[in-house]
Amino acid sequence: MSEVGIIGIGIHKFGRTPDRTGLEQGVFAIEQALQDVGLTWQDMQFAFGGSDAAGNADTMVSKLGLTGLQFINVKNGCATGGSSLYAASTAIKSGEYDIGLAVGFDKHPRGAFDPMPAEWGLPEWYGEQGYMLTTQFFAMKIKRYMHDYGISETSLGRVAEKSFINAEYNDNAWRREPISLEEIMSSPMISDPLRKYMFCSPAEGAVALILATRKKAQEIGAPFIRLDAAVMRTRPPKSFEVFAPAIENEITGTATQLAAKAAFEKAGISPKDIDIAQLQDTESGAEIMHMAENGFCEHGEQEQMLANGETRINGRLPVNTDGGCIANGEPIGASGLRQVYENVLQLRGDAGLRQVQNNPRLAYTHVYGAPGVSAVTILSK
Amino acid sequence: MTSIFASLNPPTLQGGRQKDTGEFIFPLPEMVQDNIEIVPLERTGTVWSYTVQRFPPKSPPYNHGEEFLPYIVAYVSLADQLMIETRLIDVAIEDVEIGMQVELTLMDFKRLNDGETEQIHAFRPIKEAG
Repeated sequence: MSEVGIIGIGIHKFGRTPDRTGLEQGVFAIEQALQDVGLTWQDMQFAFGGSDAAGNADTMVSKLGLTGLQFINVKNGCATGGSSLYAASTAIKSGEYDIGLAVGFDKHPRGAFDPMPAEWGLPEWYGEQGYMLTTQFFAMKIKRYMHDYGISETSLGRVAEKSFINAEYNDNAWRREPISLEEIMSSPMISDPLRKYMFCSPAEGAVALILATRKKAQEIGAPFIRLDAAVMRTRPPKSFEVFAPAIENEITGTATQLAAKAAFEKAGISPKDIDIAQLQDTESGAEIMHMAENGFCEHGEQEQMLANGETRINGRLPVNTDGGCIANGEPIGASGLRQVYENVLQLRGDAGLRQVQNNPRLAYTHVYGAPGVSAVTILSK
Repeated sequence: MTSIFASLNPPTLQGGRQKDTGEFIFPLPEMVQDNIEIVPLERTGTVWSYTVQRFPPKSPPYNHGEEFLPYIVAYVSLADQLMIETRLIDVAIEDVEIGMQVELTLMDFKRLNDGETEQIHAFRPIKEAG
């Protein structure tokens, strides 16, 4: 099988851009990615891409050029970006193609998501009675986790504080004003124990990544960041996931744990080897739980790690170095690829004032979402 | 649609037990296959976790036709069966605790779309005897 890696990256600023549709933001990101590596749309042999709520990715050909390339739409909830990347990487690994593109974009209205029960295989009463909110799931999961493993509310605040600190140095982030721990801890309670500044908000943005074989990268003279693993997994039995009218009394695993295990096996490394990690932080509790679910610590160790600043940019394991979902917002189709974009920047040494020091070599991304899906990547240089 | 209740008096939820694996499910699917045995669920349980819904959910799907007041949502563990997602009522937010003993009850829910009032499942603390 061919070695596959990322050779070009492009992003459209996250947050709100009223004068551009989601599709236009996707086109912008693709143009940036092509420019990054000095290629044109005509050089692309295929594309995979999608959004959750901003239209069909393949219609972008009308703006980018009618080259007749294979362009496949992906719609896989929070794993849309990860699934596009997986598909693109396998298309290249199979030997059929040697260069192509993955794109994710989205544009959501203000306020919480408003999913409809029927689309999730749930009875109408579940939505009618007010259970159809991802915020409730994350709140109840972290509430129990805090009870079981001694995580304090201050730790929830520390995660958000770090996100805003990191985003200050990220031109493409949405919320770039540092917010003090005190202000975070006194912001309005949204879904106990989670407060306003601990949540990400639905937003807009786009990311495009150009993938190629190492051979192709050498021909072009492009920097090659190897994709050691791109994995997407659905939930196992006895897991606790979003939108569950009932769960088993004994909970033994999550989609995240499955995806993480598979990714580490594929890459042939262990969590200890990772230098930098972007973890799903729908809210700050999610980042804390995902640190352990992905294997970066034991349950409960996060309390001390956060108090010591170990996940800050200058810490032992920097997490969400671009501000994560909390500071970038969540355009569902784009979030997973934003994490990969950030890791490519960090591995290239191009992350500017938020650059992780000591030459990071192995970088990890993780997304999680409804109805219990997770996608993980491992990049190396 | 298959009702979620086995009985309204006393309030009792019904779920399914997979005959081959013994696994419990709730709610019952629209079409109950032969491999599922319909069983009444325990009327009492313990709070496994909870949160408070402090902002009004978007309508649709939320279909509540009265002034919004924050409400408590919890998972209640029913011994040897499963955990049910439910409202918690008749308790102040600050008095809810993980591990608290609760029992099934009914609460009135006025619908936004047709103005009808229906009875929905909720749990409430079990009052200590004496």
